[in-house]
Amino acid sequence: MTQKFKIVVLAKQVPDTRNVGKNAMKEDGTVNRAALAAIFNPEDMNALEQALRLKDRFPGSEVLLLTMGPGRAAEVIREGYYRGADGGVLLTDRKFAGADTLATSYALSMAIKKMNPHIIIAGRQAIDGDTAQVGPQVAEKLNFPQVTYAEEIQGFEDGKLVVKRRLERGVETVKTTLPAVITVHATAPACRPRNAKQIMRYKHARTNSEALDNEHNSYLPVQTKEELIIPEWGVADVGGEEINYGLSGSPTKVKKIENIVFQAKESKKLTSSVEDIDYLITELIDSHTIG
Amino acid sequence: MNNIIVYIETEGGKVSDVSLELLTKGRMLAKKLSCKLEALLIGHKVESLVEELYLYGAEKVHLADDKKLEHYLTLPYSAITIELFKKEKPQIALFGATSIGRDLAPRVSSSLVSGLTADCTSLEIGDHKENKSGKEYKNLLYQIRPAFGGNIIATIINPDHRPQMATVREGVMKKEPLDTAVKGKVSKIDVSSALIDENFLVEIIERHIEERKIDIKGSPIIVSGGFGVGSKENFNLLYDLASALGAQVGASRAAVDAGFAEPARQVGQTGVTVRPKLYIAVGISGQIQHTAGMDQSAMIISINNDANAPIHQIADYAIVGDLNEIIPRMIKSYKQNSK
Repeated sequence: MTQKFKIVVLAKQVPDTRNVGKNAMKEDGTVNRAALAAIFNPEDMNALEQALRLKDRFPGSEVLLLTMGPGRAAEVIREGYYRGADGGVLLTDRKFAGADTLATSYALSMAIKKMNPHIIIAGRQAIDGDTAQVGPQVAEKLNFPQVTYAEEIQGFEDGKLVVKRRLERGVETVKTTLPAVITVHATAPACRPRNAKQIMRYKHARTNSEALDNEHNSYLPVQTKEELIIPEWGVADVGGEEINYGLSGSPTKVKKIENIVFQAKESKKLTSSVEDIDYLITELIDSHTIG
Repeated sequence: MNNIIVYIETEGGKVSDVSLELLTKGRMLAKKLSCKLEALLIGHKVESLVEELYLYGAEKVHLADDKKLEHYLTLPYSAITIELFKKEKPQIALFGATSIGRDLAPRVSSSLVSGLTADCTSLEIGDHKENKSGKEYKNLLYQIRPAFGGNIIATIINPDHRPQMATVREGVMKKEPLDTAVKGKVSKIDVSSALIDENFLVEIIERHIEERKIDIKGSPIIVSGGFGVGSKENFNLLYDLASALGAQVGASRAAVDAGFAEPARQVGQTGVTVRPKLYIAVGISGQIQHTAGMDQSAMIISINNDANAPIHQIADYAIVGDLNEIIPRMIKSYKQNSK
């Protein structure tokens, strides 16, 4: 019998913080969120590609996306469909609001238990927080081994997955039993492009909430086909203890947020004197541009 | 009890710089909190390293030493750390934001249901008053870090959960040994319960050093050199500054053509386009071919001895002078002033 895997890819919709130009900040120094598009988190794309490659190598495998966020995050599932995924779940509930990485990991782990995959693949980190914590925390919640900083899933030998990891000063190849959580590094191959057939097939994939919305915005066709419904799961669907979700499940609290104000639109002329250099460095440190 | 524990990373039989930096920071925090600074050292044949930890102020070193712990593995290492934290109940635990620290710390924090803040750029002690309940907290760890691609600075606290955990990148904190080492002691950890088969589900097949591919695009700070840098040797100054700031080194086409830097570092029309938070242009005149690839940077500093170089026009800070003077002064000033 040939091996088939059920693979869950964790993906997050994030504001595109990479393309921060001068217009990303408003006059008052706050973040101009409108200038930042909502995108599929880049390293989650690398993760999706690793999952799709496994599916290519082990036909009959299934790649499902799992994303947590507001209703519009269903876009992540559609994007996954366009690139070759077989489906996905949107984890969405007001009770998730205010979740830090730990409460997020708890919610994801509860959904994963329900999906019961062999392999969970996620991007190493999301560009809006850069914490790299959700992968290992999901693994701990599920009591699965974790392989972080993966660059390539190389194969499957003797019931174990062979993974090449990219570390600061070298590479490491490890073997892990399954089920396991793999987090994928940005140096992994980029995701394949969208497939035209998949786009035609899935462009009308909708969550029920989106379909309901569409009834009021009738320029989009109302979703009908059963197989095009993107499931939405909340606390009631995945179970677990409410206290572990959202704000109450989050040990970390944000005490203060400071916006970085970019100043000095006019060139400031400095000399190479020690005083001038000290002035410059102190300015940069105070504005948190460096250090 | 309720002390500060720093997780010690080793590399090639030596204590990693990031761990010594954390000990230095931990020492200051411990002084403020009137508690003790301790270290956790896991590995094989690593006991000789404890002297260096004493020199950085660790009064107690929790030591887990075993052949099976020679290389870092998530499960046994996290089992040891979790067990120790349950027993010792540290109020603060610090880890390097390395591929090891960022693998280990979240696993540990998840198991202990403690808060964890990644990549802190500053750690301070302060109080907090909960607005709703009016409850007051004394001497919390302020975990300060950039978020949202560096566009905001957030101060994170863990009011009700211990340990308060944070990771910090290498080079962010200062490394400063004491004049004389503290009289420390070793506390050996019984590792038997961590060495069970269930903790060896992942095995290392191979590890080797491999040059990392150069990728300057993702770097929030870029120090870029042009033909005006003068030579490949002079480019080393740029690498020094980049290493101090945690930046990548870029180059103009003229510098690449002259063999001062690798083609992968080229910024501009025929190279990569970058939009970092900070772009430092050294010895770059500022031709369109170059500026097209970097003029969207959030902040630009130009260093050029020609006061009329066009690069000064688009810079937020324009320094006219000799890079051989300026760059060492910048490094020195940064090391003195950074927290």
